[in-house]
Amino acid sequence: MRITVNGCEEDISPCSLLAFIEAKGLAASGAVVEYNERIVRRADWNRIQLRENDRLEVLRFVGGG
Amino acid sequence: MWEAADTMENDTLILGNKRFGNRLFTGTGKFSAKSVIPRMLEASGSEMITVALRRVDFASETENILDYIPRQVTLLPNTSGARNEGEAVRIAHIAREAGCGDFIKIEIITDTKYLLPDNHATLLATETLAKEGFVVLPYVLPDLPLARRLEDAGAAAVMPLGAPIGSNRGLETRALIEMLIENLSVPVIVDAGLGRPSHAAEAMEMGADAVLVNTAISSAEDPVAMGRAFSLAVAAGRMAFLARMREEQKTAVPSSPLTGFLS
Repeated sequence: MRITVNGCEEDISPCSLLAFIEAKGLAASGAVVEYNERIVRRADWNRIQLRENDRLEVLRFVGGG
Repeated sequence: MWEAADTMENDTLILGNKRFGNRLFTGTGKFSAKSVIPRMLEASGSEMITVALRRVDFASETENILDYIPRQVTLLPNTSGARNEGEAVRIAHIAREAGCGDFIKIEIITDTKYLLPDNHATLLATETLAKEGFVVLPYVLPDLPLARRLEDAGAAAVMPLGAPIGSNRGLETRALIEMLIENLSVPVIVDAGLGRPSHAAEAMEMGADAVLVNTAISSAEDPVAMGRAFSLAVAAGRMAFLARMREEQKTAVPSSPLTGFLS
């Protein structure tokens, strides 16, 4: 199935949001996720099953002034 | 101890529900290595530091900058990258949800050449976020009528720029910042453009409540020592302000008796 991640389309197998983030190697990176334009708390990542046409924004804190 | 030092002991800046004893705020941008950040924070004693929020680049490293900021240091997420009030509000919501607390520096920039803030959009974002309980620190061009509106909207402080971001040119907007200091009841924090410790001292001498310095520290050859240098300058400038300097004079005013030596 196809989802949009940070503006780019991606083909993935059905999985939870947590599994997706873990597969990207970002579980411990302090990433913040917007799921279909709603912020999802980390504690809820495992409860969300990704579906066709979902839109994810995966963000993180970086250096800035 | 003398009186000014006693005054300094209890001299804290209150923003939101936090007290800051150190009036140098710092930023995490442009450090050659993140591991320098905690050492700079220790050397400077800075109690608040800015961070930015961006899309993850899946191809690059996965280090978390927050791991380099000691717990006792307050995080000040900025809304850099926002081009309008809606984006700034969205970034603030994400930062709060990410557990970064209620502090938010509003930075809305549409001008890429001088990186000047959009004061109007900043006011709109301040109105929204202050109502939602954020401790809002808007980064603006120093404009007294606008700053009064920010104050009325519930801004916790106003952060006027001294000069364009990263320009190291110092207090080019000095006269306008002075108007804010003289007329606002919220703290005035000079942000951006301060290139030298003496610029920071000058801002504090004229009554600024704090300064925010990023580039001048992070891009120095030795950011740890430069952090300390800025911290000392801020403390010196603050102490001089509290000690009340006298006005400049057009002619000399003798500091020794004017009578001749033996007359």
